[in-house]
Amino acid sequence: MQAQAPGPAFDFGAALKDAGLVAGVVVLLTIALVGVRVQDISSGPAVVFRFDDVVAAAVLAFLGRLGIGLLRARRPLPVLVAALAFALGLSAILVHDVVAGGADGADLAHRLLPFASAVVNWTIALTAWVLSARAAWLLWYASESALDAEAREARMDRLSARVQDWARLVGPLLLGVAVMLPFLPGIDRRLLDIAILVVTYIMLGWGLNIVVGLAGLLDLGYVAFYAVGAYSYALLALYFDLGFWTCLPLAGIMAAFAGMLLGFPVLRLRGDYLAIVTLGFGEIVRIILLNWYTFTNGPDGVSGIPRPTFFGLPFTANPAEGEASFHSFFGLAYSSVDRIVFLYYLILGLALITNLFTLRIRKLPVGRAWEALREDEIACRSLGVHPRNTKLTAFSIGAMFGGFGGSFFATRQGFISPESFTFLESAIILAIVVLGGMGSQIGIVFAAILLIGLPEVFRDLNQYRMLAFGLAMVTIMVWRPRGLLAHREPTVRMPERPPPAGEAPQETRA
Amino acid sequence: MNAPQMPLLSVEHLTMRFGGLVAIDDVSFEAPRAKITALIGPNGAGKTTVFNCLTGFYKPTVGRLALRHPARGEFLLERMEGYAIPASAGVARTFQNIRLFPGMSVLENLLIAQHNVLMRASGYTFGALLGFGGYAAAERRAIERARYWLERGDQRRLEIVRAMCTEPVLLCLDEPAAGLNPRESAELNALLTFIRDQHAITLLLIEHDMSVVMGISDQVVVLDYGRKIADGTPEAVRSDPAVIRAYLGEPEQAAPAQP
Repeated sequence: MQAQAPGPAFDFGAALKDAGLVAGVVVLLTIALVGVRVQDISSGPAVVFRFDDVVAAAVLAFLGRLGIGLLRARRPLPVLVAALAFALGLSAILVHDVVAGGADGADLAHRLLPFASAVVNWTIALTAWVLSARAAWLLWYASESALDAEAREARMDRLSARVQDWARLVGPLLLGVAVMLPFLPGIDRRLLDIAILVVTYIMLGWGLNIVVGLAGLLDLGYVAFYAVGAYSYALLALYFDLGFWTCLPLAGIMAAFAGMLLGFPVLRLRGDYLAIVTLGFGEIVRIILLNWYTFTNGPDGVSGIPRPTFFGLPFTANPAEGEASFHSFFGLAYSSVDRIVFLYYLILGLALITNLFTLRIRKLPVGRAWEALREDEIACRSLGVHPRNTKLTAFSIGAMFGGFGGSFFATRQGFISPESFTFLESAIILAIVVLGGMGSQIGIVFAAILLIGLPEVFRDLNQYRMLAFGLAMVTIMVWRPRGLLAHREPTVRMPERPPPAGEAPQETRA
Repeated sequence: MNAPQMPLLSVEHLTMRFGGLVAIDDVSFEAPRAKITALIGPNGAGKTTVFNCLTGFYKPTVGRLALRHPARGEFLLERMEGYAIPASAGVARTFQNIRLFPGMSVLENLLIAQHNVLMRASGYTFGALLGFGGYAAAERRAIERARYWLERGDQRRLEIVRAMCTEPVLLCLDEPAAGLNPRESAELNALLTFIRDQHAITLLLIEHDMSVVMGISDQVVVLDYGRKIADGTPEAVRSDPAVIRAYLGEPEQAAPAQP
């Protein structure tokens, strides 16, 4: 974090030392993760050492850090030349490889860089491009003084305020795209499945946003309510043979009830303590589901969960004798995609209901009280706001939307088991809320696309996907600690017209 | 409902102990209706502790805090939950270290002060969500009330404005003049006398700024080390030897001779 001396004074030794330090950290981090690998070969597992990867990563980190050090010291020219040459070279090689396809000599990149995955190579090339662009920018605006952190923050605030203004335009646009999505060209079943996943997480993000973003209660066990919703539907269907549309509200009510049950004793805790208790609750629910074998089927899960129907019309190819199904009723040819499209619209509808509910309730007294509690609980008490009841409403309403999401999950999968409700799910949903900017509805949409959509893009990286996920989180936390779009619109504005003068509204005074 | 001569607030034998430390020791005083009572004393005398007992942040060890609401009857504050004291007994307070909701707009701050009224108007959220009428009009009234008080207290005194929006009968102000210049504290005096005279609200005031205390108080209660050492009009208290001793210390030789 050194080497910030601006202007002509530049300690090259210090920059070298700093870059060396970063390279050392990279070596430490990668030696276990990348350098040593257990490979399954015919004679059993064997340890394979791949230290060339480690060395390459360390050298790249060293060069990159040195470049950043030089840029910070306003020495962009050498960085520009080196980074541009590197970026051009690497991109040319990668493009050549792509063009050459599977032909001979298509692994030119692999001869230069040891990394197996093309995505990694592309990421490195992109980083080099970004570095050279930054250098060129500095060279061009050589006179511009460095923006300090505060000014940068203010600029980003203005930007996110503008984005919120755009949200009025972007919102309907996104909505239009979302509604039209199944009919857009190039949308196949796989993309539609990804879209359903993203929208599910958007809905869960919006639900958790009520608890974390508005009421400021850090809930690390949101997946518990998701699980309660999913199992409510699955077990009601299993034991009482109820359909999806009957179970949806019941699942929401049960999840809200679970939220109240948890919230009543623990909502007097604050901050970290509440986070720990909710974390524990999430695990408790999962472990109960795992161990109560006679009721929940334990680790075997519940299968054969009924699919949702379209006003009583099932999406089956061959409906039972005397019954109509969706395609026969409307006289269409049977298509297996119909059901996916219906599921997509179902979750989109649920998500929009969540969003409209949040937008409406923010403008009601209870919503404002949630936000006030997040800001200052003591002041709230001195103004007559009941802290526990108010928090409890936020907690149980958030839980209710989690329950809706869970029961959708159950009907989509047709099979649920406790494995689907691990802490990782809570962490991802929370990450979406925090990343999007606490309390920002549109920010959550972007964050969900980023966090759920991107890992699908990075599927090539296998288990290192989570590494990329972590990198994205760290980057955003450094760059925008308050989330992508952390700009709050006031819920109410003073009307322009002044009231008739001299009229005191305190008519009740004795 | 109550005899008008009864004081709005009676503090009787208030004692607050934190473990072995006696923060307030058997303090009794009264706050007359529609008057300003100042609570003064050196640092650590227990003034803010009295406020915290009155507004439910502490439960007094011993004592009775009786508030006679002109419309709703008598409340025993020491038995009430913290949030219920402003909501039903009509006691509002401000804090020594200002506690506004920093992330929210001025108007939102003032609407949260009217939370309970608005909650009732919105049918505890259900009514407003289902679209039953009445909430919009209630919110408009709340905004008008916020505007009324905002026009009378400038932004620096937003906490007082917010407290007034709760429609209190007793307003407890913890060092409202801290950090004000003389012109601003004159404006503050005008606001406080306006609240007392035009709205017949009883004020309880912790203050170190003597121009405020002596200028507008009707009654001054002096605390020192948790005990009440004087109680009376500003003039009487100013010349009270016990008060002078507490504030200025006493001459070394003359110490035992003083009453």
